[in-house]
Amino acid sequence: MFSGLIDRVAHLGAATIHSFRRLGRGSVFLLEVIASCASLFTRPRLLIKQLYSVGVQTLIIIVVAGLFVGMVMALQSYYALIDFGAEDSVGVMVALSLMRELGPVVTALLFAGRAGSALTAEIGLMKATEQLSGMEMMAVNPMQRIVAPRFMAGVISMPLLATIFSAVGVIGAYLVAVELLGLDSGPFWSQPQNKVDLYLDLYNGIIKSVVFGVVATWIAVFEGYDCIPTSEGLGQATTRTVVHSSLAILFLDFVLTALMFTK
Amino acid sequence: MSDILVKIRDLHFSRGDRKIFDGLSMDIPRRGITAIMGPSGSGKTTLLKLIGGQLTPDQGSIEVDGLNVHQLSTRKLFELRQRMGMLFQSGALLTDLSVFENVAYPLREHTKLNDAMIRHLVLLKLNAVGLRGAAQMMPSELSGGMSRRVALARAIALDPMMIMYDEPFTGQDPISMGVLVSLISELNKALNICSIVVSHDVPDTLSISDTVHFISAGKVVESGSPEALRESQSKWTHQFIHGDADGPVPFHYPADPIMEDLCR
Repeated sequence: MFSGLIDRVAHLGAATIHSFRRLGRGSVFLLEVIASCASLFTRPRLLIKQLYSVGVQTLIIIVVAGLFVGMVMALQSYYALIDFGAEDSVGVMVALSLMRELGPVVTALLFAGRAGSALTAEIGLMKATEQLSGMEMMAVNPMQRIVAPRFMAGVISMPLLATIFSAVGVIGAYLVAVELLGLDSGPFWSQPQNKVDLYLDLYNGIIKSVVFGVVATWIAVFEGYDCIPTSEGLGQATTRTVVHSSLAILFLDFVLTALMFTK
Repeated sequence: MSDILVKIRDLHFSRGDRKIFDGLSMDIPRRGITAIMGPSGSGKTTLLKLIGGQLTPDQGSIEVDGLNVHQLSTRKLFELRQRMGMLFQSGALLTDLSVFENVAYPLREHTKLNDAMIRHLVLLKLNAVGLRGAAQMMPSELSGGMSRRVALARAIALDPMMIMYDEPFTGQDPISMGVLVSLISELNKALNICSIVVSHDVPDTLSISDTVHFISAGKVVESGSPEALRESQSKWTHQFIHGDADGPVPFHYPADPIMEDLCR
């Protein structure tokens, strides 16, 4: 009985040590990546290529998701507010929700699923096919040529994608609230104009999306670089990217919201 | 200038609890083809990675051209690697670049040559491996043998002082194998450099090597010219060269007597 208990405690201890070791490795990796980003000034084409791959190719899913999220929010807000005769506030409600929360969070979750998993798979496959080792033996630092451009592209793309998500979401809400449900377009636009604060709402939303961009891209490139170079190891790394990124984004959203929107 | 290019002394290296090298020492001459042979899992590829500074030994030293590889700063190590070429088993071509761009890659990274000069050099290197006509193809369109030849062209792009070949003949059909064997031999003669070939393909490797080191159980078992090793009295060497199923390397993995196992 005691040996079974001791085995469990030992297993728990080993798992904890393993987790902290990975966190430590990941932190050192992040510092190396940030230091490697300086090399992008001399090779901007690497960054531009990755901005296309990571940012532009994620645009479609962001636009479509933003449109539907905005439309659904308009519908739900309308049905809730009409009982109080406050249906004119649909515009401001949708705009604030999108800028403060849904824009950054949903964009980051979609980004982790689309671009994050692709980054992990790409870097992991490069490791499995010895392309990273090959670069090292050609005296080329893979951190500078492979990891840094992808990391920076993720960090730059995320706030832009989140802004586009929120903008398209508001358009989707307009289509439903004004064009479909017949609300007056005047209050739909004027109320957000009065109520949305540049610093509190817009800037904070952008700060959130930058933080999510750093975390989601860091996890994605680290998982790829650190994966076991087999088909099974690569599959596990890709899954970890999506799961860990999503949980980290939701946790950080709570922390940032608590810090930003205190009264 | 010393005739020895790579000097390995008392090398110890382990992966987890498994000892790969246990006091291995070896000299590799500056010119000619040196083969490092041994059974699968004897650490041949690991040895190349240790020479290239991609792995760090637990103990011992490796000197390349008088420089202790594992005491160099990253910058110095990268400078040394520019004088080393390595042909990986898989070719390790960058899959998002064409054949031409793969061979041009080290030139673009490490030289300030203009595009016209790079084009000339790349076409000459590709011509040397017989693939000038495949310059615009992508790595996914190449066969295994062609990939290795492109990787060879890339390995010689910067005119290195040594080339390391990691299992260059594995998985090749007879024609591709013949092409690679003659390419390695001819390139070594033409460039007059040090070639280190890691392989367990006995006939082809012995046919082109000047010196051969057999390694097993973390140590050098026997070294010498191919002719001397063919005449060797060592039972291990005899078994390896002739591919005997049983001998010093037993057919059976260590286990309890079969009757004990069956009666359990």
